Amino acid sequence: MQLSGADIIVRTLIEQGCDSVFGYPGGQILNVYDSLYKYQDEIHHTLTAHEQGAVHGADGYARATGKVGVVIATSGPGATNLVTGIATAYLDSIPLVAITGNVASSQIGSDSFQEIDITGITLPITKHNYFVGDVNELADTMREAFRIAKSGRPGPVLVDVPKDIQVAMGEYTPQPPVAADEKHAADDNAIMEAAECINAAERPMVYFGGGIMTGEAQAEMLELAEKIDAPIGCSMMGLSGIPTDHPRYLGMQGMHGHYASSMALHNADCVISLGVRFNDRVTGDKSKFAPQAKIIHIDIDGSELSKNINAFSGMKADIKMTLQKLLPLLKKTARPQWQAKIAEFRSDEEKHQDHREGMTPRNAILTLNRHLKPNTPIATDVGQHQMWSAQNLKFTNSRRFISSGGLGTMGFGIGAAIGAATGTGEHTVLVTGDGSFGMCLTELATAVSYNIPVVILILNNGVLGMVRQWQTLFYNKHYSNTVLNRKTDFVQLAKAFGADGEKVDTLDALDAAIAKGFEYNGPYVIDCAIDKDEFVLPMLPPGGSMDDIIVKVGE
Amino acid sequence: MSRHTVAVLVRNQFGVLNRVTSMFRRRQFNIDSLTVSETESNDYSRITVVFGGGDAKKEQLISQLSKLPDVISIRELNSQSAVSCELMLIKMKNESETREEIRAAADAFNAVTVDYSRESIVYQLTGETHRIDEFVNLMRDFTILEICRTGSVSLEKGSTTIRKVTNL
Repeated sequence: MQLSGADIIVRTLIEQGCDSVFGYPGGQILNVYDSLYKYQDEIHHTLTAHEQGAVHGADGYARATGKVGVVIATSGPGATNLVTGIATAYLDSIPLVAITGNVASSQIGSDSFQEIDITGITLPITKHNYFVGDVNELADTMREAFRIAKSGRPGPVLVDVPKDIQVAMGEYTPQPPVAADEKHAADDNAIMEAAECINAAERPMVYFGGGIMTGEAQAEMLELAEKIDAPIGCSMMGLSGIPTDHPRYLGMQGMHGHYASSMALHNADCVISLGVRFNDRVTGDKSKFAPQAKIIHIDIDGSELSKNINAFSGMKADIKMTLQKLLPLLKKTARPQWQAKIAEFRSDEEKHQDHREGMTPRNAILTLNRHLKPNTPIATDVGQHQMWSAQNLKFTNSRRFISSGGLGTMGFGIGAAIGAATGTGEHTVLVTGDGSFGMCLTELATAVSYNIPVVILILNNGVLGMVRQWQTLFYNKHYSNTVLNRKTDFVQLAKAFGADGEKVDTLDALDAAIAKGFEYNGPYVIDCAIDKDEFVLPMLPPGGSMDDIIVKVGE
Repeated sequence: MSRHTVAVLVRNQFGVLNRVTSMFRRRQFNIDSLTVSETESNDYSRITVVFGGGDAKKEQLISQLSKLPDVISIRELNSQSAVSCELMLIKMKNESETREEIRAAADAFNAVTVDYSRESIVYQLTGETHRIDEFVNLMRDFTILEICRTGSVSLEKGSTTIRKVTNL
């Protein structure tokens, strides 16, 4: 059938199974918005306060549901406002399709009003992008965008559509949703080699990242750990991949990782690494990272193998299919000595643990834990509150920790929480800091407009805590531009936006406020005062190793 | 640091060279030469890239390339399995004192005179990169006015083609 380009865009979105998009209208995307009006019963559009909120929304939606997130923006500033969000999704391998309008083809290259080369700008932060020059290629381009976004290692794809292409009539034939590219197990020899290595190991450890959720290989991973009697650690992107109370689980690894998890990795002689990329925040000094271990690395993205850490056995393959072939080759082994060592690490961690009473960041998160349901999505922003959350939050189900890992985007949280709540229909939580929340708090308006049920917990210390922590440790306490002490009253602010909230400074009050927040049908802001000199510990100094770990900071 | 040659078959689409070079720049690959040209098919272009670095760097470049959706096929080529050549135009100052020496060297390298004027001589030389390097080195004894080189192009020996190893 003949449809306008704009209708083709919306019809292909519907055809691809997309029922919820995020965006912001503007001059060069008006036709698409006209189509969204026409198809509003089939596709829900969340209008945000700023395009950045929309792209983080689509990202949060994708993280929480596993589906492709979709964001729509106009040309020029609309498109450039997506850049941080696209980069955030790129660094965390989140499937996202961004659709931008552009000026008419005849005006392209003439620096016309709100014209920007967004395909050029997003070249290094997308898996691929398209400038659509022919309306008859539009439908297939959209389908390709979905295929690329969700295939292999997922990521963002941008489709830039000039105005005249949105207006032009073209042929559209409905098609079923595109399938992701076929997956493969690693080849038998590589699996055999890995099995021999694991069977010969005395102190194996399983280490997983976000890839475990993308590859849906949690069950196989747990079976593997069980069979070889290994502990399990993860990267920040792996959080919520398995329940935090799993007996083999030691928690997050890396700069602010759990002591036991980092120690186990440091002492392991074989690390089975699943869907991770050995980021510098994980490895510290690469030459001292897991110094005794042979690294077995399975990742769907071959370019991650031996990119940062040399793999003894690197397999570019689907984790689930590879583990299914690997499992029968492994000897069932009990490792009482290694487990005794792990128990030692755990008890050391317990000794270093922050057991202070009262309103400490850890106690605030533990208080929050009491209110979480297995399916509650928890978004965070970036900074100290993010690390306290990563260390202390309790997770039951996968895809419930929504946090910017690779790019570390302050301001990510509120948009992502809206997206996660929209995608899951669950009452959502945002843990944020006063610095991060200040970046994109206008999205409170969005949360109010759509009655997004989200408990917003601001750990408010009046400073940019993480940067301040570095200034304390490495910059002679020169607190350059990290002391905010703004006069913002977050409760009044919430009320001004049409939301509600309260200020708390005790754990009991926090407990009651969270309960109230979960009863409230909309965003509920809890302004929770914490001390500005709280540290995130333990800490591996940047470029350091386990020898340099800081577990306590002097008075 | 060793030199590697990689041939890349890409979709013949607007901006594809930009995608490839943008990736090289972003990941700081050290490119010696890069050529792009049409092929036997209108649908594909062929990029030949010569770069320096260890084996890890080479593997990284190849696996990053293979992630670009416009890349169809990649072949690593070496001097045993492939023939390579490049073309150079070199403009020398034409002076009576040096004319004979320059001409003798050009003859020895089978360089072709493609332009001759009172002040200058332009030679065209095709061959493997190292031969062209050698000729340039010789010419440095005289006055070089300008050099323009195409960068190396390579094809595998025998009937193997870059398209045969893909699923086209």
